[in-house]
This record gives sequence, C-alpha cells and structure tokens, in this order.
Amino acid sequence: MYKILVREELVPHIHLFKVAAPEVAARAQAGQFVVVRIDEKGERIPLTLADWDSKEGTVTIVFMEVGTTSYRLGALKSGDSIANFIGPLGLPTHMEKFGTVVCVGGGLGVAPIAPIARGLKQKGNKVISIMGARSKNLMFWENELRRVSDELIVTTDDGTYGRKALVTEPLKELLQGTKKPDLVVAIGPSIMMKFCAKTTEPFGVKTIVSLNPIMVDGTGMCGACRVSVGGVTRFVCVDGPDFDGHQVDWDLLFARQRIYLDEEKRSLQQWQCARQTCTEVQK
Amino acid sequence: MAKVSLNRIPMPRQDPLARSKNFNEVALGYTLEQAQVEAARCIQCPKRTCTEGCPVEVDIPGFIKALREGNMPEAVKVLKDKNALPGICGRVCPQETQCELKCVLDKKGAPIAIGRLERFVADWEVANLKAVGAVTKPAPTGKKVAIIGSGPAGLTAAADLAKMGHSVTIFEALHVAGGVLMYGIPEFRLPKDIVQNEVQYVASLGVKLALDSVIGKITTIDELLKDSYQAVFLGTGAGLPMFLNIPGENLNGVYSANEFLTRVNLMKAYRFPEYDTPVKIGKKVAVIGGGNVAMDAARCALRLGADVVNIVYRRSEAEMPARREEVENAKEEGIQFKFLTNPKRFLGNQQNWVTGMECFEMTLGEPDASGRRRPVVKPGSEFVMDVDEVVVALGTTPNPLIASTTKGLETTSHGTVVTDEATGKTVKPGVWAGGDIVTGSATVISAMGAGRRAAKTIAEFLKG
Ligand SMILES: Cc1cc2nc3c(=O)[nH]c(=O)nc-3n(C[C@H](O)[C@H](O)[C@H](O)COP(=O)(O)OP(=O)(O)OC[C@H]3O[C@@H](n4cnc5c(N)ncnc54)[C@H](O)[C@@H]3O)c2cc1C
Ligand SMILES: Cc1cc2nc3c(=O)[nH]c(=O)nc-3n(C[C@H](O)[C@H](O)[C@H](O)COP(=O)(O)OP(=O)(O)OC[C@H]3O[C@@H](n4cnc5c(N)ncnc54)[C@H](O)[C@@H]3O)c2cc1C
Ligand code: SF4
Ligand code: SF4
Ligand code: FES
Repeated sequence: MYKILVREELVPHIHLFKVAAPEVAARAQAGQFVVVRIDEKGERIPLTLADWDSKEGTVTIVFMEVGTTSYRLGALKSGDSIANFIGPLGLPTHMEKFGTVVCVGGGLGVAPIAPIARGLKQKGNKVISIMGARSKNLMFWENELRRVSDELIVTTDDGTYGRKALVTEPLKELLQGTKKPDLVVAIGPSIMMKFCAKTTEPFGVKTIVSLNPIMVDGTGMCGACRVSVGGVTRFVCVDGPDFDGHQVDWDLLFARQRIYLDEEKRSLQQWQCARQTCTEVQK
Repeated sequence: MAKVSLNRIPMPRQDPLARSKNFNEVALGYTLEQAQVEAARCIQCPKRTCTEGCPVEVDIPGFIKALREGNMPEAVKVLKDKNALPGICGRVCPQETQCELKCVLDKKGAPIAIGRLERFVADWEVANLKAVGAVTKPAPTGKKVAIIGSGPAGLTAAADLAKMGHSVTIFEALHVAGGVLMYGIPEFRLPKDIVQNEVQYVASLGVKLALDSVIGKITTIDELLKDSYQAVFLGTGAGLPMFLNIPGENLNGVYSANEFLTRVNLMKAYRFPEYDTPVKIGKKVAVIGGGNVAMDAARCALRLGADVVNIVYRRSEAEMPARREEVENAKEEGIQFKFLTNPKRFLGNQQNWVTGMECFEMTLGEPDASGRRRPVVKPGSEFVMDVDEVVVALGTTPNPLIASTTKGLETTSHGTVVTDEATGKTVKPGVWAGGDIVTGSATVISAMGAGRRAAKTIAEFLKG
C-alpha cells in the first residue's frame, strides 16, 4: 500500500497527491510515469511524475478528474492509501544542452512539464515556458514553472488572465522571432500537442510531445498503448512516452483513445449513482 | 496379476451450452470415489516410466498408492515433495504428451489419468484446510537469492531454494504473483484462487514477494548482485506480443491476445463494471492462431457474449499446437475453425473500427524448420471475413527490458536468453535463467522443470 501524505485541490477537478513511494522516488526522472491502481477492483491508469524527492521517499502526481478512476482518486483523503503505485515507467525525457528550449504546458500539462523545464535549465539551456489554460480559475503552478524558466508566457482561452490566446500563438511568435528556438517540448491535451507540432513543423524545429494512449500494464506486455510514429508501430509505455511530434499519427491516437467511451460513461454513471451524486456525466 | 482395467474414468464437466456463458471452471474434478477407482487401475510398475515423462519427476506411483489407500495427507506430501504447484499442473499440464504418454497403459489406449488424480489430491488439500500440517523451516543459510518474475519458473526456483534455507525474494512487475497463470490462462481453465493458494504455499516457505517491482526500472540485476544478493534467477517469461505487421492492425477492435486476456483475466473485465477495467465485446470475433492462447482467447470472447467466434489458423487441424482436450472443449462450446486461412489486411470504417479481415486461402507445402508443413498462399484466393473484433494470438517473445538493462547476458535473435540447458546458468556470473525467457512460449511444467534445475545449481554455487 502506498500512503497519500499530502492531498491538495489545485483547482476544481485537478488534484495533487504526494505519495510515499521511496523505491519509485529513488529512480524517478523527468518524463517518466507511474501506473496506479486504487484497489482490488480498480483499473490500472498511468500518471506522469510531476515531482519527487528521493531523500523524503515521495512522489508527486497531479491528475484531472475525467472518469471513474480519477474521480475515485479525487475522493481519497490524505492518510488514505493506494493499492498499487508502479514505476518509474517509460523512458526519461532526453536532456542535453540544446540552446534555447520552449516548454509548452497546456492545462494539466503544466505539472509534467515543470520537472522537464527544470532539468533542461540545469543542463544549461535557456528555457522559455508557455503555460495555457481555458480560464484563470483553472491555472495552477504558475510560480513553480516561473521558478524553473528564464521566461514565462501565460495565456488563457478567455482572456481572464495573462494573454487571451491559445498557447500556439506565442509559440508561433517565438518561432518567427530573431532567435529561433532549438527545441520545443509540448505536454497537454493530445489536441494541443498536435497543434503545437503543426505550428513548429514549417519552421523545422524539433518538437517533443508526451503521448497519452490507453494503457494496461505499462511494461510492454499488452500492446494497448500502440501508436504509429513515422509509419512504425511503437509501444508508448516502453518506447516513449516522448516522441517526435512531427512523426506522430495523431488521428490514430485520437481514435484509439475513444475505444471505451461507452464503457467509461457506464462505469462513471454507476460510481456516481452509488455515491448518490448521479448527474449528467461530466465529460 | 489381476486383469488391468482399461476404463479410464472420464472427467465430469459443465454442460457445453451452460459453460459457454459463464467463467466457472469447465472441468469439475473427480469425487473421492472416482479418484480411487481411477487410482486402482495403476499397476505400480517398478520401472515407473510415467515419472520419466514428468519434467519435475513427480513420484507418480507413490502418490497414487497413497491415494488409493485413502492416506490423503501422505498423497499430498509425496506430490508436493516434487511439485510445489500440483493444483495448477493437474489442470494445465499437457499430460497427454508427458507423464501419461509414458504410462505403460498408454499403449493400451487408457493411460492412468495422472493429471486428474494430481488435481484431485491438490484440491483435497485445499478443501481440508492444509491438514498436512505446517512446513518445517530449515536452518537459515544467510545466503540471499533474487528471483525475477513470479511465473511457474520463478515460483518453483523460489520454493526449492527456500526449502534449503536460503533467503529468497521474488520481484514481480505486476500487482499479483503468478505470471501467465494469472494474466493469461482464463478462470474457467485455471481458477485464480487455486493459483493464489499455491502462491501462498510458496510464501509460507518463507519466500518474500515484492510486487509492483519492475526490474530494469526500479533496480537492475547488476545492482541486485552488487547490493546484497549472491545469485539471481531470471524467470521473466516471454511477455512481448507478436503482431502480424499487416495493414490495419492498429484499428480499434484489434487486440493482442495478451491485452485481451489481461483485461479479462488479470483485471476481471468479465465482471465489468463491478471491476473497473473494460473489454470490448464483439459480435463477430476472429482469433488468429492455433495454440492454447488462441483457444483461450476464443473461449473468453464467446463467454463475453460474441455471436460467432472463428479461430483462423494458417495450417490444418493436424498441425495445431493447442492441447487436444482444449480444442475439443472449444468445439463443443461452438467455436468455429477456419483452417488454411491467413489474414492479409484488416479493413476499417470512418471511426477507425475494424469491420473486416481480408484473408488468403493457404495450402501446405514442404516441412519447414519446425518439422510442420509450411503454409503457402494460394494465389488469387483472397476473400473478406466480416468481423468487428480480432484477437491476434501469434505467440510472444521475451520482453527486452531485462536483457537491455543487464550487462553481459547473451541473447538469441529471438530475444531469448542463452543458458546451459542442464543447469540454467547464463554466461553472466551469478545469474541463472529458465522458463519462457529461455525457451520462448512453452509450458508451465517445462518452466517449473527449468526453475528446479536452476535451483539445484544455484544451491551448489552458494555452498562453494
Ligand atoms: C503516459 C501517460 C501519462 C499520463 N499522465 C497523466 C497525468 O499526469 N495526469 C492526468 O490527469 N492524466 C494523465 N494521463 C491520462 C490518464 O491516464 C487518464 O486520464 C486516466 O487513465 C483516466 O482514467 P479514468 O478512469 O479516470 O477515466 P476513463 O473514464 O477511463 O477515461 C476518460 C478518458 O481518459 C482516457 N483513458 C482511459 N483509460 C486510460 C488509460 N488506462 N490510460 C490512458 N488514458 C486513458 C480515455 O481516452 C478517456 O478519454 C496520462 C496518460 C498516459 C498514457
Ligand atoms: C493464454 C495462455 C495459455 C496457456 N496455456 C497453457 C497450458 O494449458 N498448459 C501449459 O503447460 N502452458 C500453457 N501456457 C504457457 C505457460 O503459461 C508458460 O509457458 C509459462 O507460464 C511460462 O512460465 P514462466 O515462469 O517462464 O513465465 P511467466 O508465466 O510468463 O511469468 C513471468 C513473470 O515475470 C514477470 N516479469 C516480466 N518482466 C519482469 C521484470 N522486468 N521485472 C519483474 N517481473 C517481470 C511477469 O510479469 C510475469 O509475472 C499458456 C500461455 C498462455 C499465454
Ligand atoms: S506435473 Fe504435469 S507432467 Fe508431472 S506428473 Fe503432474 S501432470 Fe504429469
Ligand atoms: S506407468 Fe502408469 S500404471 Fe505404471 S506406475 Fe506409472 S501411472 Fe501407474
Ligand atoms: S501499456 Fe501494455 S504494452 Fe504499453
């Protein structure tokens, strides 16, 4: 069992857990993930490492309530325990001195991009971060990201905070600027990552994205997580999750993410009804 | 000598129609009376050829004698002396090609039903609350062994080493121990309670289980050897699914057998939504392959509610590697077979869902390296099968994670680890391997045999 030491609601429907998992913390590297299963009947779901402390033996995850497992996680309190917390899985983000790197975090993606920005800066890169959210009340970790970036650009879709824009707008301006970035790393909803990759493609700037297909084991055993990159089938849990965004078959990823839509709805409805919070399924 | 009875007692089974709709065990097991009548047929040959056919050398006449005399605790003891997992082997061993094939009565067409008797004895022990008594623990040797993987190879090696007083830890990547016995073989052939009982037995010998521990990620073999373990046994199996590499294989509704079976067995998707992991339930399902894995996947799909399930195999029935008994079970339940058929590509709709499978007809040519006749495409024979779900059950190879994170292991082009067959020793000092990681997908009992042989030489090494 893995104990939740700290639980924080960052913004509505997005929670942070600090979990006691010394063996995972000892090996954790930016870009990797854990597979979490709440209890005997639970599903195994992947969540990216948002932070870790090997001395303290803790791992921080940030997750958004989107379906049964994430809502059930969200209902746990600090002091509660999670049955399984397996990792660190996947390959770490490749880091070296590239020059200028733009780190784009959309929505929840701000959490996993933060340790990547930190690592890239430690390697001597100039890190320009862009964080975007739909609205001001969904923004979190602005200071955390600012601390590990040389520059931070903030956008909201509705203009309630920072610049009223999608993250791709300032990204495009940076690409058009005098000093073209050497690398872009984009993490967020798949659709945002796709458009970041589409934005950088004409400029020929390499763009790393962190893919989030459906997974089961997370160790290369099932093939549920397969995607097509550069025309080749890859398993995201062992070959990724980072890939070259210009090579990803995005439509295939989107389609495969929708395999269980019906079952996911049914499952969430059942859980909500059991808790007497039956509502229109929030999706 | 009294006349030998050739009336092999049949195994009572669930009715095919009923069982094709549930996940309860198909074979119901002998009653005590049936077991004793079957046991009485054994002529207690002094040459015990049957034991030669068993990779772990179970004293077959010995346990059968005790059973026949009604001394059940003794039967359990004799059986478990050589086989830590009798409830599993009695159910899934290919007895017809092993112990039973070597039984002297096989020539008369009625070998003793050794597997069924073994199952009976194992189940008796469970039902009678471990009446055989607690295991006596040997004096600790102070030597530590790490076992990677909790499948039958790892469990057997661990049990043997613990019985000799070594301190043994099993590291397992998944959240439960048992390997393929938990995630691959379905409940209706091998109930998971039985597997967990036998895992508990191994734990009762003092073996520590470290679950959720992906070796190669959380730590490496080299670090284990450096830190505190004197020897390591690799029993990580062959868990990497093979695909056909034909167009359309990433369409929604096309599963690897590993994914399909893991969802159904390990995650209990057949009880969705009570258990939270879903699996798609097709109406027209095609399973590609001809081994045990294909039979299991097909029979799961049927039980989940498919209207039609076709097993599509590129050779003919005679070449199918699956156990005869399971092919018969599958046929009785209504699984259909399309022999001499091989997919060319998958067809899909706008939503990326699989809707059809274009296939070739095949003929059999000259024998290939495996000794089986090679399937050859019949030119111009393409036809389309209507499907809305496909399970690809072509076999598996070892996951490269261990080999790629361990210095100095020798591997073959199939990714299997090279060992000395008699001892299981790899070329790397202090490291042994056995089971599917060495042979590629094989059998439970051959994995156990490999675990046993390795344990023996590990023990010698630890003494020296
Ligand atoms: C490598 C990786 C890292 C991820 N990191 C994070 C993270 O740090 N924070 C976060 O909030 N989310 C992350 N996700 C997504 C997260 O795993 C899904 O949101 C979660 O599985 C949803 O489960 P659910 O039961 O709550 O919702 P469901 O009802 O099961 O599904 C809701 C949505 O989540 C997707 N989904 C469902 N099951 C899975 C699954 N097993 N794996 C991936 N996606 C799934 C579906 O496409 C669906 O659209 C990550 C995914 C991957 C692959
Ligand atoms: C569907 C199916 C049906 C079968 N039916 C039969 C049958 O009827 N009769 C029969 O005799 N055989 C059958 N087999 C074959 C048999 O199950 C295998 O040959 C046997 O389980 C191999 O045992 P093993 O110990 O080598 O490996 P496995 O059983 O594969 O166990 C390996 C274990 O190692 C773990 N592992 C892998 N990598 C790591 C890592 N890096 N760190 C930690 N742990 C790791 C895995 O999670 C797994 O639990 C079947 C196989 C399948 C898939
Ligand atoms: S372990 Fe398998 S091969 Fe050996 S006696 Fe039992 S059923 Fe036969
Ligand atoms: S060979 Fe057959 S009859 Fe002879 S001892 Fe073995 S099981 Fe009994
Ligand atoms: S999640 Fe199973 S192979 Fe990647």
